[in-house]
Amino acid sequence: MRHRRFGVGAVALVLAVSACANEAPATSPSIEPDESEPPASAAASAEPTEEGTFLERAEAGEFDGTTVDVLAQWVEAEADNFEGNFADFEDRTGIDINYEGVTDYTTVLNVRVEGGDAPDIAQIAQPGLMRSLQADDRLINLSEFMDVDQLREDYIESFIDLASVDGDLYGLYYKADLKSIVWYPNAAFEDAGYQIPETWDDLLALMDDIKADGATPWCIAQEHGEATGWVTTDWIEDVLLRTAPLETYDAWVAHEIPFDDPAVVNATDIVGEIFFGEGNVYGGSTAINATFVGDAQNPMFAEGGPDCWLHKQAAWIPSFWPADESTDPPTPLYTPGEDSSFFYLPPIDPEYGKPVLGGGDMLVMFEDRPEVRAVMEFFATPEAAEHWTQAGGFVSPNKDVPQDWYTTYPSSGLAEILAGADALRFDASDTMVASVGLGTFWSGVVDWIANNGADTEAVLAEIEASWP
Amino acid sequence: MTTTTTTRQRTSEPRGVVVARRVGAPLAGLAGLLAIGWAIGFLVEPDGPARLLAGIYGFVGLEGEAQAIRERGIPSLTSKLVLGVVALTVGVGAVWAVFIGANAAVERLGARWRAQVLPWVFIGPALLLLGAFLVFPMASTIGTSLSEGEGAAGNFGFVFSDASMLIALRNNVLWLLLATGGSVALGLVIAMLVDRVKREALAKTFIFLPMAISMVGAAVIWRFVYAWAPAGQPQIGGANAIWTAFGNDPVAWLQVPTLNTFALILIMVWLQTGFAMVILSAAIKGLPSEVIEAARIDGARESQVFFRIVVPMIRGSIITVATTIAIVVLKVFDIVFVTTGGRFESDVVANRMFTEFFRFRNFGHAAALAVVLFIAVVPIMVINVRNLRRQGIGS
Repeated sequence: MRHRRFGVGAVALVLAVSACANEAPATSPSIEPDESEPPASAAASAEPTEEGTFLERAEAGEFDGTTVDVLAQWVEAEADNFEGNFADFEDRTGIDINYEGVTDYTTVLNVRVEGGDAPDIAQIAQPGLMRSLQADDRLINLSEFMDVDQLREDYIESFIDLASVDGDLYGLYYKADLKSIVWYPNAAFEDAGYQIPETWDDLLALMDDIKADGATPWCIAQEHGEATGWVTTDWIEDVLLRTAPLETYDAWVAHEIPFDDPAVVNATDIVGEIFFGEGNVYGGSTAINATFVGDAQNPMFAEGGPDCWLHKQAAWIPSFWPADESTDPPTPLYTPGEDSSFFYLPPIDPEYGKPVLGGGDMLVMFEDRPEVRAVMEFFATPEAAEHWTQAGGFVSPNKDVPQDWYTTYPSSGLAEILAGADALRFDASDTMVASVGLGTFWSGVVDWIANNGADTEAVLAEIEASWP
Repeated sequence: MTTTTTTRQRTSEPRGVVVARRVGAPLAGLAGLLAIGWAIGFLVEPDGPARLLAGIYGFVGLEGEAQAIRERGIPSLTSKLVLGVVALTVGVGAVWAVFIGANAAVERLGARWRAQVLPWVFIGPALLLLGAFLVFPMASTIGTSLSEGEGAAGNFGFVFSDASMLIALRNNVLWLLLATGGSVALGLVIAMLVDRVKREALAKTFIFLPMAISMVGAAVIWRFVYAWAPAGQPQIGGANAIWTAFGNDPVAWLQVPTLNTFALILIMVWLQTGFAMVILSAAIKGLPSEVIEAARIDGARESQVFFRIVVPMIRGSIITVATTIAIVVLKVFDIVFVTTGGRFESDVVANRMFTEFFRFRNFGHAAALAVVLFIAVVPIMVINVRNLRRQGIGS
C-alpha cells in the first residue's frame, strides 16, 4: 500500500488567470511559454553578482564534487521522473543531488528538522507547514539570493504569494496539481450515449440517466489512515468556489468569516446531496469512509461494465488504477486518455464562472551553502521540469515551461482546463492552520459521512469552535 | 636455580610487569578518555570520516589520495564504514581502557575510600547516560508542556477538555481495562487448560506465535481481516467473509465508532495473550502439587481449585504480567496509527501525541500528552516494583 498526502493546497490566492489572459489570450495562461525567452535559460536566477549567479557558477563547475540532499514524497515511478529532471544538471555541474523519497515525508521532515539533521532541500505540500517552519526560524529566505521580481514574471503569481511570508519568499513552487476534474470510462460512456456535462444541471441529469440505466453514478472513497477526510474537504471547497464569490472563499480560509458561514453550509449541503442521495455512490456512505482512496476508481473497471461512472480526483489517480501485479514494476492495465479520461467539474452558479481548485508542491531550503543555492536556482528553470512534463503527470507552475512539452494525456488535458479557467484557488484544508485543516476539518467530515450527513450545521459549528 | 626462578616469576610477577601495570593502567585510562573526547568531536563533524581517511593516507605517504579525498570527499558508504570502525574501536577499546585506568586510580586510595568510591566508578557512566537520555528529556518535556504553546493551563486544559481528547482518554481507559484484562484472563485460562493437553508445547507455541509479530505487522494483518467491501461484492476481509456467510450485511469494523475501538483492542489481546500464558503457565507449574492434590482429596471442585488455590498462589505472577501488559497498552500507538489513524473516534493518547507533534507542530500539546501518559504509567510502575519486592527480587 502506498500512502501519500495528495491533499495539497494553500491560502486562497488568485491565480491571476484573468490578468494573464490579457497578455496571452487563447492559450493557457499558466503554462504559456514566454516566447521571448528560450526555455533553457535560467529565467529565475539570482541577482547577478561579480561572479554571476550561483547557478552560473555551478554550470562553470565551481561546485563540482559537492552533494545536496533533497527530501520529497515522490517514490517509485514518480521518483524516477523527478530524478530524470536533474540528471543532466548533475552530469554538467558535478553536483551530486542525493534524493530521498519518503511517502510519510511530513513526519520524517519534522523529525530531521527538530533533530538538527534537516535535508538541504525538502518538498512541502502544505503552505501551513511551511509557515509553521518559518515561524520557528527553520527556513532559508530565498529572497536573499533569488530575484523575486523575475520569479513573479515567470511564475503564476499566486504561487509566489503562497510561498511568501511578510514579503519574503521561503518556498519555490515546483509542481502544480488540479483537483476539479472528474474521471469517466470513455468507451462505456460513449456506448451509453452520455454527454460530457457542461453545467451542474447537466451533471445532475447525467446522474439521473445513469441511475435510470440501473447503474451507480459516483465512485467516492477517502479512507487514508490519519489523512482520511481530504477527499470530502476537496469536494466542499470545489463546490464553495462555484457557489460563492472568491472573496468569501479567501475570507473563509483566512478565518476572517466563521468556518460555518452560511455559504459553507450551503456548499456542504450540495455535496451532501450527491454523497447521500439514494443510489448516488457505489457502496453508499460506508464505502466512502471504508474504501482506500487509491481504490476508489477500481469499480469503474469492473469486468461486466462500470459499477460506477464518475470519479472526482486529481490527475495522479491513474497510478493507482488496477495493474498487473505479476510484473515488476506492475504493468498498467488501463491508459489514461483511452480507458478513462476526465472532464472539468461543471460550474454551478454562472455568476462565479469556471474556478479551479488546485494545489502544488513547493521546495524549501534548510541549509545555506552555495551549491544548495545553485540547485534551488536550477529548480526554478524550465529545464528542471522537462523530463517529468514530457513523461506525463507533471504540470509546472513555471510559465516558461513550453506548452509543447505537455504532450501526454493527463498533462495536456490539465493544460486545456487551466486555459479555460477563470480563477484558481488553493486547497483550503492544506492552507488553514494545521490543527483545523489537517485535523478537525477532516475528522468533522468523516463523522458527518459516518452519520449519513446528519446535522451539517452542527458539524461545521464544531469545527468553527475548534479553531485555535 | 632456573626452576626456582620460573616458579617465583609465576607466583609473584616480575618487577617489569608490576611497573607496567602501575604506570600503564592510568595511562590507558587517560588515553581512553582522550579517545572518547576525540570520537565525540569526530561523530558530530559531518566530514569527520573523510578527514580521518585523508589523514591516514597522508600519514602513510599517499599524499595524492589524501589530497583527492580532501577535495572530493568520500562515498557515503565508505564514510559510514569508517564511522562504524571508529565507533566500535572507541566504544569497546577506549571504554575498556577508561575503566582499567579508573580502577587503578581508585586502588591507590585508602582502603576506607576505595569501598566507597569504586561502585560509583563503575555505575557512574551508566548513570550519566541515563541522565542524558532519560532524565534530561523527561525534564525538558515537562518544561515544554508548561511553557510552550498555550502555556501550562492551555496545554493541560486542552488535554482534559477538548471534545476529541475526551474521546481519546475514554478510549485509553477502555484499552487499559479490556486489553489488559482480556490478555491476562485469556492467558490464565489457556495456561490452565494447556497444562493438561498432551502436546502442550505445540499448543503453547501457536498461542505464543503472535508475540513474535511486531505491532505494526499485526495491525497490517488485521487491517486485512477487518477489510470492508460493499454488500454483494466478494469480501476479502476474513471478519466480513464469516459475518456475511451467515446472511448479514458487511460491517465496516474499523470505521464504526466505538465498535472499532473494541476491534482494535482485540488485536492487542491477540498479541499479548501468549506472553501472559507463558509466564502464568510457568507459575502454575511451579505450584507444589501436594496443595492441589490435597484440595482435590478434600472434595474441591475444579473451579474452586482454580479460584481458591491456583489464582491466590500465583498472584504475584498475575500482577507482574498485568502491570507489564498495562504499560504496553497505555502506550499503544502503532495499532491505532496503522489501522484508523485515530479517525472514527478511535484515537488514543499516544497517537494524538504523535499527531499534535508531527502533523500540527503543536509541541506544547504533544508534551502535555506525554506528561499525562507518564503520570498514568507511574502508579503501575509502583505496583510492579512493590510486587517484585514482595517476591524478594527487589530487596
